[in-house]
Amino acid sequence: MSLTTAHSVVAPSSNSKRIAGTIIVLYALISIVPLLWIFATSFKTPPDSIAYPPKILFQPSLEGYCNLFTTRTRQTPEYINSLGPATGFCDETTRKRNMVIAGPSNFLPRFVNSLIIAFGSTFCAVFLGTLSAYGFSRFKVPLADDLLFFILSTRFMPPIAVAIPIYLMYRELGLSDTALGMILLYTAVNVSLAVWLLKGFIDEIPREYEEAAMIDGYTRLQAFWRTVLPQATTGIAATAIFCLIFAWNEYAFAALLTSGTAQTAPPFIPTIIGEGGQDWPAVAAGTTIFLVPILVFTILLRKQLLRGITFGAVRK
Amino acid sequence: MAEIRVQHLRKAFGDFVAVQDSNFVVEDGEFFVMLGPSGCGKTTTLRMIAGLELPTGGQILLGGDDVTMLRARERDIAFVFQLFALYPHMNVRKNIGFPLLAQGMPSAEIRTRVEETAKLLRIDHLLNKSVSGLAGGDRQRVALGRAIVRRPKCFLMDEPLGTLDTEFRDLMVHELRELHNRIRATTVYVTHDQMEAMSMADKIAVMNHGVIEQFGSPREIYDRPATMFVADFIGSPPMNFLGFGGGLAKGAREIIVQGAKVAVPEVREDIAPSDMALGIRPEHIRFDDSSKLRGAIYGTEYLGTTQIVAVETADGIIKARVPAEIRLSTGDHVGLTLSSARLSLFEKGSGRAVRTAIHDVASERRAQHG
Repeated sequence: MSLTTAHSVVAPSSNSKRIAGTIIVLYALISIVPLLWIFATSFKTPPDSIAYPPKILFQPSLEGYCNLFTTRTRQTPEYINSLGPATGFCDETTRKRNMVIAGPSNFLPRFVNSLIIAFGSTFCAVFLGTLSAYGFSRFKVPLADDLLFFILSTRFMPPIAVAIPIYLMYRELGLSDTALGMILLYTAVNVSLAVWLLKGFIDEIPREYEEAAMIDGYTRLQAFWRTVLPQATTGIAATAIFCLIFAWNEYAFAALLTSGTAQTAPPFIPTIIGEGGQDWPAVAAGTTIFLVPILVFTILLRKQLLRGITFGAVRK
Repeated sequence: MAEIRVQHLRKAFGDFVAVQDSNFVVEDGEFFVMLGPSGCGKTTTLRMIAGLELPTGGQILLGGDDVTMLRARERDIAFVFQLFALYPHMNVRKNIGFPLLAQGMPSAEIRTRVEETAKLLRIDHLLNKSVSGLAGGDRQRVALGRAIVRRPKCFLMDEPLGTLDTEFRDLMVHELRELHNRIRATTVYVTHDQMEAMSMADKIAVMNHGVIEQFGSPREIYDRPATMFVADFIGSPPMNFLGFGGGLAKGAREIIVQGAKVAVPEVREDIAPSDMALGIRPEHIRFDDSSKLRGAIYGTEYLGTTQIVAVETADGIIKARVPAEIRLSTGDHVGLTLSSARLSLFEKGSGRAVRTAIHDVASERRAQHG
């Protein structure tokens, strides 16, 4: 009889680790393929983007990005030849397609709108959420349970179910197609999530920290600022990412309530398709750029996010 | 430093009365321990002194000033929490200096004060460390440092050794008392551990169900428990009770327990016939075959220098602490002799101790001091 090492009941065996690793890698590959496809398409020329069979290897081009940021008009070759030398890469590419650049497209202002509205509403939702969560967590709020249920109940139906009333109200209040209106709307949708998430995090922070600070000579607000907030950063970061992803990706309200000055990127990007044939590279370029802020934000906060979503699972 | 005077203090949470009509004075520089089982109101009392809870009634005077309704930060006190409440996002130096920062003290001065304090607690080598990596004892020292750095009017400590390992706890009990001897700060210390209380306190208040059962020095509380609760709560094993009936007359020196005559300290008051209890500490029992008070050995617990012997009597099991050399086996019949001068008498109904000659010593001593 040979001696074997007793297997541990808690540590996973190397075999199960290998299987888990394979599954995770496979899943990651499947998830990342559409993203890679969009990324690749954004560097294709329009003919390459609709080639069949699809081209895996191709000559990369910035045409999609040129088209994304510009509007173009079709001209006769004679007119184009009569123009002076091309002023840059985009100009040159456009002329090859018998077009000239008419001016900048709306992508940049729409993208800036998205940034303002998404980050603005995330800030408001997290700010209000943190304060109310602290209040619910630490004070005896009359009817606290009912209030918390009421806050949560705003999430019971899809937000779009109230689209028509909100559309009418916004028209009356002059909030249609304004950044302020969109910030208010996204804040309202996100604040319930923020309150509930953050209340969980703040409940986990022992009161003794604030009590110690208050005894040490600080006001409650100072104690909150200096002891509770620094310890709630994980929760705040996790909540901020969830809020930001919602506000950044939201399409339905944006399509309904914004059309011009306050239009965000999601309803704008599909409109690129129409201009001069199906310009998939430009759409893909818009989508690629659109993904960047969330990617950066999530990478910056990834540590907090990871600790945040496993919060409370392990005893400190 | 200041004296703490608590008058008719009361706290109710809805229908539940946590503290009812507490009165005590902690003198300037005294180490005062509130001792009691969990839920007895000791922590609530402490939190009211700190200003973390507002009383339902009564008054708290700190150095003669009425602070009953003041905010915690306006009271100039320091509090050491059971879980230490060290700020995890600050290092040791910042933790200790945090109260000074609130006072707007210049950073150079904070630096000197923090370093002085750290030296006093022998944690100066840890100043730049993160608090999360510290061992239990060192965390405790940092928490103490944050309390003493301010030189407040008094220290309040809520079971500060409760989470430490036993070996650390003994060490910290010693250190705390030594620290107190050096800085002589008025201290209110809450614990459920009688060993901590007995070894550190100048004065102890034993609490139960929101009521202070007894207030006195560790010696008074052990030797002359004011109620059956105190007698039972203090001492390990606790005081034994043997029931007897009938009244007591002033001047009586003898009672009859289980048919045996037992000499007791001279009774100083008349007690109407009712159920009574005779209280005996385990170490005041000796085995003596000539005694009429008898029982059978039920079990023994060998402790090295002594042994605890459980004896089954007609009135239940009582425990005796006797020298370890005595050889006993279960089932042996023994006679019990009680050290008459050290016995306590209680009224079973109220649990109150009957005034006897053992209380004379106390009043004499108090008179001498006064």
